Amino acid sequence: MSLRNIGIVYRKELTEAVRDRRTMISSILIPLFLFPILTFGIGYAFVEVAGEAAREPSKIMILGGEDSPDVVKELKNARNLRVVPRSADYVDQISDKKIRAAVEIPPGFQAAVARGEHPDVKIYIFKDDLKSMHGAIRIEKLFIEYRDTIVRGRLASDHLPESLMKPFDIEQQNVVSDEKVAGESYGGLITYLVILMSMTGAMYPAMDLTAGEKERGTMETILSSPIDRTHLVFGKFFVVLTASLATAMLSALSMGGSFSILSRLAKDQSIGEGFPMLTMHPKTVIAVLMMTLPVAVLFSAVLMTISLFAKTFKEAQSYLTPMTFVVIVPAIAAVLPGIELTSKLALVPILNVSLLCKELVTGTYHWNYIALIFFCTCVYAGIALFLAVKMFQRESVLFSS
Amino acid sequence: MIEVRNLSKHFRDKKRGEIRAVDDVSFRCEPGQIYGLLGANGAGKTTTLRMLATILEPTSGTAIVCGHDIVEHPEKVRADVGFLSTATALYPRLSARELVQYFGRLNGLDDAILKTRVDKIFDRLDMNGFRDRRCDKLSTGMKQKTSIARTLVHNPAVMIFDEPTLGLDIMTARTITAFIRECRDLGKTVIFSTHIMSEVEKLCDVIGIIQNGKLLAEGTLQQLREKYGEQDLEEIFVKVVAPHYVSSEDH
Repeated sequence: MSLRNIGIVYRKELTEAVRDRRTMISSILIPLFLFPILTFGIGYAFVEVAGEAAREPSKIMILGGEDSPDVVKELKNARNLRVVPRSADYVDQISDKKIRAAVEIPPGFQAAVARGEHPDVKIYIFKDDLKSMHGAIRIEKLFIEYRDTIVRGRLASDHLPESLMKPFDIEQQNVVSDEKVAGESYGGLITYLVILMSMTGAMYPAMDLTAGEKERGTMETILSSPIDRTHLVFGKFFVVLTASLATAMLSALSMGGSFSILSRLAKDQSIGEGFPMLTMHPKTVIAVLMMTLPVAVLFSAVLMTISLFAKTFKEAQSYLTPMTFVVIVPAIAAVLPGIELTSKLALVPILNVSLLCKELVTGTYHWNYIALIFFCTCVYAGIALFLAVKMFQRESVLFSS
Repeated sequence: MIEVRNLSKHFRDKKRGEIRAVDDVSFRCEPGQIYGLLGANGAGKTTTLRMLATILEPTSGTAIVCGHDIVEHPEKVRADVGFLSTATALYPRLSARELVQYFGRLNGLDDAILKTRVDKIFDRLDMNGFRDRRCDKLSTGMKQKTSIARTLVHNPAVMIFDEPTLGLDIMTARTITAFIRECRDLGKTVIFSTHIMSEVEKLCDVIGIIQNGKLLAEGTLQQLREKYGEQDLEEIFVKVVAPHYVSSEDH
């Protein structure tokens, strides 16, 4: 193995990559600007939408209640509710988001309650619509207060203590650090994005250095030089790997910066209360990048091998597009709640690293899993690299035209 | 020197089955000589030359180039060969100087020798006006000069030209043919493939006519004229590759 020759090819390919606008956009500009845009864009949109839903009074309709004036009065006087006149098409109005909810008060509701009966109040909603849910919660809260007032009155008239209503309290208390909570909440998303970006960073140079070289007619030129084909593959491979790691690192930096600024803004605006802020220690960042390294090797080698079968850049693009889904599916599976690292999942490429990085972000270090996943990802990467070298020695692949 | 011994190359095609692109070809080319491989499109010229440049591996047979076997020591062969064809394009994002330097380094030249060599070649080919211009901004003639500089940078003893003037304008083609002559005058072993008869007549010391992967005739232009009783190379070529073909003039 001649490091000199690999270095010569590496330097030349890197020079060409740096001069290529498309490579610079995909490897440098997108990771630098994508996360701030996503973080601030989505964050701003979320705060705006959630804030608007919280501020805006919910338009509701009361069905019945003519003989329950106290309850109706309470509903009409509530500041966060706006009662609209009754109409038979309330279902359509909820569906069309003209009103957010409708509450059906059964006939003789107040009298029935006074008699100690158990009448049902129904709230009609648009399930999972944020504003409809807000409306329903507001109505329900009002009825719960009404119910509690009645119970308190009854207890008082019977000279019984209020504690009878609630003989004991239940309280959930978080015992883990904010770092772990944040890691559990969106740590998986961060590692997923870093893994995805390490693939997108490798994609363009992998196509350019193989199918692109064939398309431009320079493959025959380089093959006529005395360089060993293995050295040629390694030189090209290291450039693809550099692009992949650069994209992953820039993504991590840009994401870290975005989150840091966002958390400060959230604190200043007092909108981040109760929202766990992620603080990543340098040790965690290094651990995540260390685990990304074999994944980047795997991506670089696989993408180069596949691209080599294409005669043109466009053909390579059509081959590699499905690869995005192959990466997205296992990476996104790691983001889903409830999926945890097991010895079987530790063998599934990409998913294993995603799950492990999610744990690393929460500050959990399972050394046996770290060793196993690092080892098997290295094995997969080695196999992919071996295939890339083999493909570069096959005439039918190099001269497929 | 090049000595080709029973060289064959077979390809597998899904529709047509096995294709014998080169079939048991043998010939020799001495230093200071231009060997012209003459054939129609698809005759097997490019495959033969690609095997000699070790870009393709022979199915059987071999060739000795400057004392190195093309199958046993392909890297050593490539270090002694300069290969030029219309298919050997330039890296668009490198300058002419960077490109020539890159190939010099791949051929094991150290920086001091490389600088002297590149300066000398650029002076000789009058390339200093565009030495730092990117290859994708060069004219066809400039590109051809850069390609020539690339093949010369390691001063190879053997030059292989695969249809180097294909698709070029007259002036650029003349630059190439002048360069081929110069290589011979410098004592290099030159192999040159074409289907343009006039180029062969002007340049080649020995002519080999190839058809369907087989070398059907070989000799100097004079020897071929005597053997086939024709003065015009085109007529000789037709007699060799299609002996039953009767030209319109014969009617």
